[in-house]
Amino acid sequence: MNKLITISQSPHVEGDFTVKKIMYSVLIALVPALAVSIYYFGFDAVRVILIAVAASVFFEYIIQKFLIKGKTTVTDGSAIITGVLLAFNVPSNLPIWMIILGALIAIGVGKMTFGGLGKNPFNPALVGRVFLLISFPVDMTTWPSNRFALAINPDAVTGATPLAILKEGVKNGEKVTDLLSQIPPYLDMFFGNVGGSLGEISAFALIIGLLYMLMKKVISWHIPLTMLGTIFVFSEILHFANPERFADPVFHLLTGGVMLGAIFMATDMVTSPMSKKGMIIFGVGIGVLTIIIRNFGAYPEGVSFAILIMNMFVPLINKYCKPKLFGEKV
Amino acid sequence: MLKTFSKGGVHPAANKLSADKAIEILPLPKTVTIPISQHIGAPAKLLVKKGDKVKVGQKIAESGGFVSANIHSSVSGTVSKIDKIFDASGYKKPCVIINVEGDEWEENIDKSKDLKKDISLSAEEILKKVSEAGIVGLGGATFPSHVKLSIPKGKKAEVLILNGVECEPYLTADHRLMLEKTDEILVGIKILMKALNVDKAFIGIENNKPDAINRFNKFVENYDGIQVVPLKMKYPQGGEKQLIKAVAKREVPSGALPIDVGAVVHNVGTAFAVYEAIQKNKPLFERVVTVTGKSVKNPLNLLVRVGTPTINLIEAAGGIPENTGKIVSGGPMMGKALVNTDVPITKGSSGVLLFEEKESKRQDVQNCIRCGKCVSVCPMGLEPYLLMNMVESKMWEELEKNNVLDCIECGSCMFTCPSQRPLLDYIRLGKSTVTKIKRSRKK
Ligand code: SF4
Ligand code: SF4
Repeated sequence: MNKLITISQSPHVEGDFTVKKIMYSVLIALVPALAVSIYYFGFDAVRVILIAVAASVFFEYIIQKFLIKGKTTVTDGSAIITGVLLAFNVPSNLPIWMIILGALIAIGVGKMTFGGLGKNPFNPALVGRVFLLISFPVDMTTWPSNRFALAINPDAVTGATPLAILKEGVKNGEKVTDLLSQIPPYLDMFFGNVGGSLGEISAFALIIGLLYMLMKKVISWHIPLTMLGTIFVFSEILHFANPERFADPVFHLLTGGVMLGAIFMATDMVTSPMSKKGMIIFGVGIGVLTIIIRNFGAYPEGVSFAILIMNMFVPLINKYCKPKLFGEKV
Repeated sequence: MLKTFSKGGVHPAANKLSADKAIEILPLPKTVTIPISQHIGAPAKLLVKKGDKVKVGQKIAESGGFVSANIHSSVSGTVSKIDKIFDASGYKKPCVIINVEGDEWEENIDKSKDLKKDISLSAEEILKKVSEAGIVGLGGATFPSHVKLSIPKGKKAEVLILNGVECEPYLTADHRLMLEKTDEILVGIKILMKALNVDKAFIGIENNKPDAINRFNKFVENYDGIQVVPLKMKYPQGGEKQLIKAVAKREVPSGALPIDVGAVVHNVGTAFAVYEAIQKNKPLFERVVTVTGKSVKNPLNLLVRVGTPTINLIEAAGGIPENTGKIVSGGPMMGKALVNTDVPITKGSSGVLLFEEKESKRQDVQNCIRCGKCVSVCPMGLEPYLLMNMVESKMWEELEKNNVLDCIECGSCMFTCPSQRPLLDYIRLGKSTVTKIKRSRKK
């Protein structure tokens, strides 16, 4: 044979796990929540999502191509995920230019300044969201009622989220027990018939996504379960101590971005710890911070901040949570 | 619940294409090229020169130290040349090249196929004879077997573990040997038990070989103290430390040897070689090799004389397929890519693997997405992504502290990495550099 053959070091086979596969599995997992948001917010939801995705992919492409002048990796799907997640974190009537600006910050600042996928310490979509929240607090916290609420009561143009109702009420000295009667029943909240950002409304749809990702082994249970468990336990303790001041755990699990955060934001592999031990610390940390911010902070919602804060600790967690060495004495 | 090792591991596609092909004898080649270093340790010292006549089984190079092994001629004929030739390592090594003339064996070798069960030799005599026969670990590591049988002072062997795992995809040589030489292997195990003075031996076999498990289960009834341990499939279960963990639940500490936890591990192929050496006076000069690949016409298992050119084996399997892109000696996870098809078969060659072109090239490397998969599959509890970063920044001391030397080069990390990062390439570089630094420190 006079043919050139390849010489390379072992291993000579590769698993079928690729970045692309991971990213597209996450996208598939996002579909149920996407469907629910379109169901409730109609064309507005489609508009926000399309713009956010298009802008994210566009910015990733031009920054890589013209500023960094390197390989473009838009096809790996990670920019699409950032776009969808950014859209999921904003109200359905956000002005187009704000969405585009959010995408620019998410991709440009949140991801590319650090060197692209894999090097960013913070979840890019959250960087975009928090930027928007701080810059445009009113637009970011004025949620339109969903299509069905509007059909029943055309005057209810804006629907305050349960978290906002609670925060306002508590500030005014009202009792949580009374305030809870103003919010939709938990079952509605579970399926998504409630005001809020696009993707966070339906715990049910998000949990389907979680199950899919667990099945595909894209993520492990460690972060979502410890985060949700911590929120449950911590809020139960507060609620038990003072039910008039603190809402019950189910309320906290179903409202705001807890489910979205636990399932899709905190589990972002790039910005979460490597070892299982580290993941547990990370999940618990986010849970604790979320409840602290919600109950004692200025903002009604604390998930995004909690995740970003814990993102900062990831290098430290990785340093101290090493896997156990084979043969190491216990 | 089937046993297995607890930490890490991967499941590469098994592709055991040649599992039901009985071992065939490959016809003698015209010439053989026998490297005088086919083992871990010092190369052997040449005993022959150009023009010498040799017989099958004649010693042609003598062990060059304690950790070294004798080399015997695999054919009869005339030494035509002593030269440096490429071997499977990719380097040129001194080899004895012999023109094959007839097939005349040393007189004292018993060529009969009869099973000889009675072990007449003492432990000491066994050790001496194993060493004389040039037996090395046949699983691929080629560590001289007599060294493993010489228990250091103050240590005691408690259990002998036989490696019948064959966790590398594609390879079926051990599997076939277990089916076709069951009794011989069991006698070999008894011999090893006598040499080590242990009364317990376990044969670890993965459950993808139910026929081998059943056969041994039936046959062990006639042999005291030997037990079959079926194992759940997982790579790298054939790794010495992983196998000890799976079978005996003992963890060999970092930097220590199996004997430190009272265990000695030998491959089933080695047990067969020991049987032949002790009962039949036959030194190690032939072995079973799997020739396989997805496009290979006739994947098979061959009994091959050491020194046979690889191409002869490939031809027996139907020739080189048009679309071949890489030829590997050994398994796909730990084998070595060959530089040409003349590379001789040695004591450590377990397989010849022909990869199709599309399987041969590595995929493009992408950024580490910090998914942690490499960490969770590492059977040694290392952090491959971190080790690679440290090698890139030449942090040798940090590497040592992060136990880079514990890496068994199983390749699980690189196999799994979704970004196709060349983790093991870097870790190998880290290992060799750290080893050098450690050595220079001792001086
Ligand atoms: S670091 Fe070494 S031991 Fe760990 S998976 Fe990679 S090759 Fe195997
Ligand atoms: S498996 Fe690859 S991408 Fe994942 S952490 Fe390890 S090196 Fe990075």
